[in-house]
Amino acid sequence: MQPRQSRDGLALFFLYMAMYLGFIYINAFDPALMKKPAFAGVNTAVVYGFALIVVAIVMAFLYGFFGEQAKESPEQDHDQPSNP
Amino acid sequence: MFYEPSSLAVVIFCLFVGITLGLSFWLGRKAKSAQSYFAAHGEIPWFVNGVAFAGDYLSAASFLGICGMIAFYGYDGFLYSIGYLAGWIVALFVIAEPMKRLGKFTFADALDAKFQSPGIKIAAGVSTLVVSLFYLIPQMVGAGALIKPLLGFSHATGVITVGIVVMLIVVTAGMVSTTWVQFIKGTLLVVLCTVLVGMILNRGLTTTQAALETESAPGHEVAAKNAALRDVVNGTPLPPTTAWPEDKYMRYPGPDGQGIYVIRKGESSSRFARCQTVKVVDGKTLINGIPQARGKNDLIPVGEITSLPKDATTTGPLGPFDYLRTIQESRIVVWSKEVVKDDDGSNVTVYFAQPRNGADLMVPGGSPTFAGIKSRNLIDKLDFISLMLALFCGTASLPHILIRYYTVKDQRAARLSTIVGIASIGVFYILTLYIGLAAMTSLVLDPSNTNMAAPLLARSYGEWMFAAVSAVAFTTVLGTVSGLILAASGAVAHDLMSHGFGLKFDDAGKVRVAKISAIAVGIIAIGLGIIFEKFNVTFLVGWAFNIAASANLPSLVMLLFWKRTTKQGIIAAILVGMCSSLGWVLVSKEAFKDLYGLPATQALAPFSQPGLVTIPLGFLTLIVVSLLTSAKSSSDAKTA
Repeated sequence: MQPRQSRDGLALFFLYMAMYLGFIYINAFDPALMKKPAFAGVNTAVVYGFALIVVAIVMAFLYGFFGEQAKESPEQDHDQPSNP
Repeated sequence: MFYEPSSLAVVIFCLFVGITLGLSFWLGRKAKSAQSYFAAHGEIPWFVNGVAFAGDYLSAASFLGICGMIAFYGYDGFLYSIGYLAGWIVALFVIAEPMKRLGKFTFADALDAKFQSPGIKIAAGVSTLVVSLFYLIPQMVGAGALIKPLLGFSHATGVITVGIVVMLIVVTAGMVSTTWVQFIKGTLLVVLCTVLVGMILNRGLTTTQAALETESAPGHEVAAKNAALRDVVNGTPLPPTTAWPEDKYMRYPGPDGQGIYVIRKGESSSRFARCQTVKVVDGKTLINGIPQARGKNDLIPVGEITSLPKDATTTGPLGPFDYLRTIQESRIVVWSKEVVKDDDGSNVTVYFAQPRNGADLMVPGGSPTFAGIKSRNLIDKLDFISLMLALFCGTASLPHILIRYYTVKDQRAARLSTIVGIASIGVFYILTLYIGLAAMTSLVLDPSNTNMAAPLLARSYGEWMFAAVSAVAFTTVLGTVSGLILAASGAVAHDLMSHGFGLKFDDAGKVRVAKISAIAVGIIAIGLGIIFEKFNVTFLVGWAFNIAASANLPSLVMLLFWKRTTKQGIIAAILVGMCSSLGWVLVSKEAFKDLYGLPATQALAPFSQPGLVTIPLGFLTLIVVSLLTSAKSSSDAKTA
């Protein structure tokens, strides 16, 4: 097990889930808000939707980056990277 | 609508299938062992595996279904994009590394790593088979729906062709060839869609007036912007009948006295808009009352902007945000349909124009699937909440995605390939919004076929673009279907036969059993693809996610995070989750309406998407059964 990394991963997971639940909540219970402009004249629905996608990508990269930095889990075979 | 079959598309498609099969046979020479068939020796480089994740995951439903749904209903299709991507967060942060650490070939391996129980292998194998088959239905239906208009084959021929090509790919080299097919497809899909969106933004938005909307009731002085319509509707209307009441429709003899011109009253205003009608009489299709004829009498393409902000007629090239803002501030005509029982008892499908404000199309709730969120009734909103939950939980429970964790070397490679997968899939899903909206506003849509939105949009950019998009859409089907068939064959050969029922095979024997299972599953998938021709592809995919999440996610998560999970708990959770979600789907109003032909009001399920109830039910079952069985087996601490 890698307690450190999986703890960071879970923290990111719960952060993202909160954001996703917020999106569902507004859609279901305050749809008028979704029509209001949020960024560059584009409405909240589109901006929030884009944000959910972009944040997922950013979180994935952060997790990957810190995972490479940490390299502290003893039982992983961290030899040569296998990229082409 | 008839489509001009594109010989260029056929050539590119054949070239593609040829290259894919050639590659498959070439890779297949070296791939003989079980390790190779099921997991490509665990030697796929992480970057290739990451793109192959995208190729595996981005199915025909993603590409064609979402673009079509956005083109017809606006923002609602994008909800699927968001949910499909969000699910990868569960895969990356919760499932990816333990899956790799615990398993060997299938996700049943990972579930079973602690207990070595044939029962778990059987339950997980059956659930893999059920989910894969359920997910195969929309893929095969999508294949038929795509091949029919593009190559001119019948639906069945299309489904059989795809089925045979995929079986060849899987049988020749298993996971090795499947991975490379998915890698090629994933790359092409993302690159091609990026190019297409570049062209869309460069073209910008332009107004047209083809919908023949009238500003006032016909019969009076009609201010129709279109002369052809004005001439027709200033004539004498046909008398109203029971099927065509005058508070809803006006009918006029068509130009030159042939056929019938139907005008429909708008729901919220005094506007009238032109309809297109389709009626099948004695096997012949009548369009607006006249037999359908290629190039002469057919449905006309629809979907347009009738007015842009500041009364502009065209925008020129737009930035990504300007594009969306301009659509919000425009007036757009989308088309819906309804079925009218004609006075002679036959059904007439009426496609009618609905002028909408762009602002209303750019928020959720426009489609029948998600209309419930506008309701004041909580039960109606539950469908939306339940589907979004199932999409979030479903991705990390799809067997054909999970097996891809065994094709890489270690946990680090599993993590890195998930990241590459998320990046390519995320970029693709952002592009779907632009492709869908462009199809909505470019006067290219076939009102009778939502799945064709993306290819038809591509055709407006020239024959090459059309050929490329069609060929990539075909390979989209190939990539996902091979992944699913491979997952199902692994479940039969590895989980059920060798471990579940304890049959002894040598390495080559196991591969042979897996290949025979792959062919059997392929044949079943072909059959289902033909039977389910009329079903809505995106909707079926939603159900598959519900079943996958309910059956598999509770055991996966609890095994990783709850030490007291027992093997009985896992088996019970899989079976209860699978049966309850499948049962719910089978008594939902869609199944009543489309499968049994019964009135939707008789349906037993209060809403259509089971996830909100059956996913927690799976968790609850696992906890209760685990507590009961652990108390029984360890008679030291908590009994007494």
